Amino acid sequence: MKLDDFPKIFSRLPGAMPAWHGAVNAEELRSLCEQVMRGGGKLLALWGGDENGEYALHVVLVAAPGLLALTLPVSGKHTTFPDISDLFPAADRMQRTVSDMLGLHPTGGDHRKWLRHAAWPGGEHPLRKSFDIAATFAAGEDGYPFIAVTGNGVHEIPVGPVHAGTIEPGHFRFSIVGERVLRLEERLGYKHKGIEKRFEGMTLEQGARLAGRISGDTTVGYAWAYAQAAESVTGTVPPPRALWLRALFLELERLLNHLGDLGYLGNDVALAFGFAQFWILKEDLLRMNGELFGHRYLMDRIVPGGVAVDVDSAGLARIGETLRHIEQNVAALKDIYDEHAGAQDRFLTTGRVLPELAAQLGLTGLAGRASGQAWDAREQFPCTPYDQLDVQMATHRNGDVAARVTVRFEEIAESIRLVRLILERLPSGEIRCALGDAAESRLGMGWVEGWRGEILVALHAGENNRIRRLHPHDPSWQNWPVLEHAIIGNIVPDFPLINKSFNLSYSGVDL
Amino acid sequence: MHQIIRQILRTGIKTEAPPQPDESLRLEARRINERILHQIGRSLAIRHVDAGSCNGCELEIHCLNNPYYNIEGMGIRFVASPRHADMLLVTGPVSRHMETALKRTYDATPDPKLVVAIGDCGCDGGIFGESYASCGRVANVIPVDVTVPGCPPTPTAILQGILTAVSNKAR
Repeated sequence: MKLDDFPKIFSRLPGAMPAWHGAVNAEELRSLCEQVMRGGGKLLALWGGDENGEYALHVVLVAAPGLLALTLPVSGKHTTFPDISDLFPAADRMQRTVSDMLGLHPTGGDHRKWLRHAAWPGGEHPLRKSFDIAATFAAGEDGYPFIAVTGNGVHEIPVGPVHAGTIEPGHFRFSIVGERVLRLEERLGYKHKGIEKRFEGMTLEQGARLAGRISGDTTVGYAWAYAQAAESVTGTVPPPRALWLRALFLELERLLNHLGDLGYLGNDVALAFGFAQFWILKEDLLRMNGELFGHRYLMDRIVPGGVAVDVDSAGLARIGETLRHIEQNVAALKDIYDEHAGAQDRFLTTGRVLPELAAQLGLTGLAGRASGQAWDAREQFPCTPYDQLDVQMATHRNGDVAARVTVRFEEIAESIRLVRLILERLPSGEIRCALGDAAESRLGMGWVEGWRGEILVALHAGENNRIRRLHPHDPSWQNWPVLEHAIIGNIVPDFPLINKSFNLSYSGVDL
Repeated sequence: MHQIIRQILRTGIKTEAPPQPDESLRLEARRINERILHQIGRSLAIRHVDAGSCNGCELEIHCLNNPYYNIEGMGIRFVASPRHADMLLVTGPVSRHMETALKRTYDATPDPKLVVAIGDCGCDGGIFGESYASCGRVANVIPVDVTVPGCPPTPTAILQGILTAVSNKAR
């Protein structure tokens, strides 16, 4: 689909990523969503804002030319907006969050609350400007109507929020017959700690630190997306060396997470050897990061205007050596995983999401690529330096745990290739420039293909280079609902394996 | 099978010496009898509770299980239920939505028990602080013995906090 096909003229937003923005009315919003859906595009994010009594709904779609941000003014009296969850099922939980946080309601779809439990009453909406961030309320009742499955022999297993392993909190309600899962319903929101409200009023510099702590395992991805958004609203162009170093950090983050996940996926099929081996490699990489860049996970290394840390030629050599060591070991471990009958028996056909369903539900990122959803912003919408690296996307069509394992192996190999190119071609020069002044009420967007999938940070600028409203979007919004489908028909003991193969963020969606 | 054995032999033993306890990390005077502490210290069962973290601290807790830190080699295990635990390792500012779950987990842990709060958020609320959605530091919700600052603290620092909590050394 070409942008010319759209009936309205949108304005191009400045910045590193191809993004357009325009105001629409309710009818246009629906028809544009439908047009993008029919053209093979997808929904990226949906959020609301309070502009001092005047509300707005923002929807970001991905179409062939890039991002399309639509803003629908919602008047103070009729606080409803058109439901788009029939077009994009992933919109459901985002719309319910807008209801909880702003008191704007979709005209259809699921009307149950989502992020709100009992910390504040239903009549209060934390993202309204009139709501005080320090307000506290007497703990209320947290009733939530789970969908009950009835029938002969059907029973429920409630799990969480505190899980058996060292993982984030959430609640899973399984309806099962014998060992087989008929239905899974997720309830998240336990980690809601007011991140979006906390952003409001921060300076663009202050916000960078918080952005790096939205989801700890994707700190680089969020920091880069945030920096892009801040640079977009201020018209800042970071020096080339900074952009290349950002890509280096992002690929190192992808390697860290994929190595860790492959270890845990081995562990979950009783191949403890795999855990020990992959976590040695992950630790080697973490130590290298700590020594060269001063932080094992590279938190706060990407800042608006550039990066906070440089690397010398000895450091580049050190990265090259560490990668050689990792590459050799991963190749040996891949052979072992591939040949291990016990592991393959558990991986193959488990937790399957076929490409048709994945497309319908909007499965994205790594899990999407394992189900035939060929999206990778590094390849399709490459910013510097990806436009010079010719990224090769890994895709498979089986959509099972085995496919998600294979995509991780292939992405490790590709990330190592990309890092080597970056080491070779890293331009010299400055690593940071001063941030310009933000035009008030301007919208800026950052869009980064993190290890889990695409991260969007949308920043509405306020006065004096402060943030009026910021919405960070994690790919887990799209993928959590699909996990409910992936488990259907599988046995309960395979849930930890399937869940791990997606490895979705709780903190990134609970906000 | 020979490939696995060859890889194990090629890897060798990675385990490093553990850190020493650090009394400056202790938040409260010890509440547990010395003799019991001595018993617990030789085989410690830990229940981790994420009360609202960004997931950064969890990444470092996972690392304690890798062969470099080899926490199980020291007789320290992560267990699946608070009812099996001697110690709670709590991360995050405590979100208001996790407040009840954390209190219940604490109550479900048999006495005598220890609590170690992990990370800047666990120590003082960190960047998220206190708000309509966050209770701030862990000690605002349950009693805490030892705090380990850092964002996130390294595996060595976390291990040091755990060992300090079960250390018999007088203040």
